[in-house]
Amino acid sequence: MSSEETARPLSKSAQRGPVVRFLRKYALQLGIFAVALIVWVLFLIGAPRTFLSKEIYISFMSTTPFFALIAIPLTLVVITGEIDLSFASVMSFGMVGYDLVFVATGSVWLGFFACLAFGIAAGLINGLIVVKFGVPSLVATIGTWYLFRGVVLVITNGAGLGLTETTNTALHDIIVGRAFGVIPMQFFWTIAIGAVIWFFLNRHRFGAHVYLTGDNIESARLMGVNVGRVKILTFVIVGLVAAFAGFVVSTELLFYWPTVGDGYQLTTIASVFLGGTSVFGGTGTIFGTFVASFIIGAINAGIVASGLTNFWTQLIYGLIIVASVSLQTLIGRRLK
Amino acid sequence: MGYVLQLKNISKTFGEVAALHDVNFEVGDNEIVGLLGDNGAGKSTLVKIITGYHQPDPGGEVLWKGKRLDHFSVARAHAMGIEVVYQERALADKQSLWRNIFMGRELTTAGGKLDVRRMRAETLKLMQSAMGFTSSAITTESTVKTFSGGERQGVAITRALYFKAELVILDEPTMGLSLSETKKALDFVRSIRDAGKSAIFIDHNIFHVYPVADRIVVLDRGTIAGQFLKNELTLQELTDRLYAVAKTGNLSY
Repeated sequence: MSSEETARPLSKSAQRGPVVRFLRKYALQLGIFAVALIVWVLFLIGAPRTFLSKEIYISFMSTTPFFALIAIPLTLVVITGEIDLSFASVMSFGMVGYDLVFVATGSVWLGFFACLAFGIAAGLINGLIVVKFGVPSLVATIGTWYLFRGVVLVITNGAGLGLTETTNTALHDIIVGRAFGVIPMQFFWTIAIGAVIWFFLNRHRFGAHVYLTGDNIESARLMGVNVGRVKILTFVIVGLVAAFAGFVVSTELLFYWPTVGDGYQLTTIASVFLGGTSVFGGTGTIFGTFVASFIIGAINAGIVASGLTNFWTQLIYGLIIVASVSLQTLIGRRLK
Repeated sequence: MGYVLQLKNISKTFGEVAALHDVNFEVGDNEIVGLLGDNGAGKSTLVKIITGYHQPDPGGEVLWKGKRLDHFSVARAHAMGIEVVYQERALADKQSLWRNIFMGRELTTAGGKLDVRRMRAETLKLMQSAMGFTSSAITTESTVKTFSGGERQGVAITRALYFKAELVILDEPTMGLSLSETKKALDFVRSIRDAGKSAIFIDHNIFHVYPVADRIVVLDRGTIAGQFLKNELTLQELTDRLYAVAKTGNLSY
């Protein structure tokens, strides 16, 4: 290495101090954390009685996992540059698996595993359509959104299934029981699934390939990454967790409605984008999605508790998606 | 001279389009081969066959150090020591420097767990030794999109070196580089020969290829239009012949 090389000036954009580098590196996480704090303070001011009581937080821990669970693996799909819109139907599709097997065998556990297997199958179908047929995931999963829901409605004939027989089982306690008599178990499941997916995204070869696939798919291919397999696997994980979420919702409510999942599309997708995952792929964090899910979960309660009508909820969700995606695009352009 | 790589009767068709037709091409031990050709001549397809990205049509043979290769893949090419510095530099812009160095070949411990500490440490060593990044402004965590063209090329070249290449393929490595950055890239090609390794240097610009290549191969419309040792032709004669190739597909003029 010559002295001429060592003295070579670095590009201007690379000449930044450690504080700036820290802020840049964790900008997404810090940003989303700041948003959470602001929203919380606003709700504290707007509805102090509600937001100073512990009940509201227990309520968040009970209902937010319904969509936070899916938002976490959906983050992987979005990082690869794809999208999955069918997850709400997969929640119900998985429960059809439960329904069929439980009715046939009377076993809650077998029904549960069938539910997960149906979820994996649904994810695999999505992944294969996108990767093997080359159909854009936006179109493919709009199609399977209707397809899975249609299969569910045909099989169930639109009729639901009571789940009271699960109440006295260990499965019920593990999935939606109350830890220490207070904290809903689904909250811990959300943390656990978040931690596992965080590990695979940040500390495993699979996660490294997820980022590379979304960042520069051509270079990932040239460097030997099996991008097709990576994408299929991300769809399968969403399918699996969506079916699990369907089971969580149904056992919490003690009834399986074939329409379960409807209404979670917006909150789930909003959580991913508000959490800082780039719509263009290549970047995103599980932490961001996790915090954003709870912001989204709080908004509904916060709006009502602050004295606004529920009609405001969709307007604010929509605003959040548009604002977060626009901001990311603007910031991304500035950083180029 | 022995051969490190030999391609025999290689053809590649994509649907109706024949990208390569009956190509015979070889690279000798410790030889720098300049590969010239216009857009669409088939240079990139040839590179992708050598790197295991594309499979040639049936009937062709790829030999590595005299041994025929079947079921060739990117991973196998990497394992044998074939490294590429790509035209688009094959970097992932939004990822950190260390993730780019180890792209597709991450260092892992049991079960595929990333050995992040070792990859950062190796990258830090490379930054100081091979890339010449000594300022504290660039760290192992810096995202590649903040780098200049020369810095990015340095990353791509360092990556090839790190994995102990036997044959380095440089796919238009000087494209978009400044004069001083181009000089560095050309010096790197010379350093490959000095290290006893081989290289294929692909470029449009004969003024870059001619000074560093031992042998020049001209590809035109998917076939080898001709090849000659550098000392057989002057730069001017080469230029004239390339004009002839562009017109007639034939090297004689």
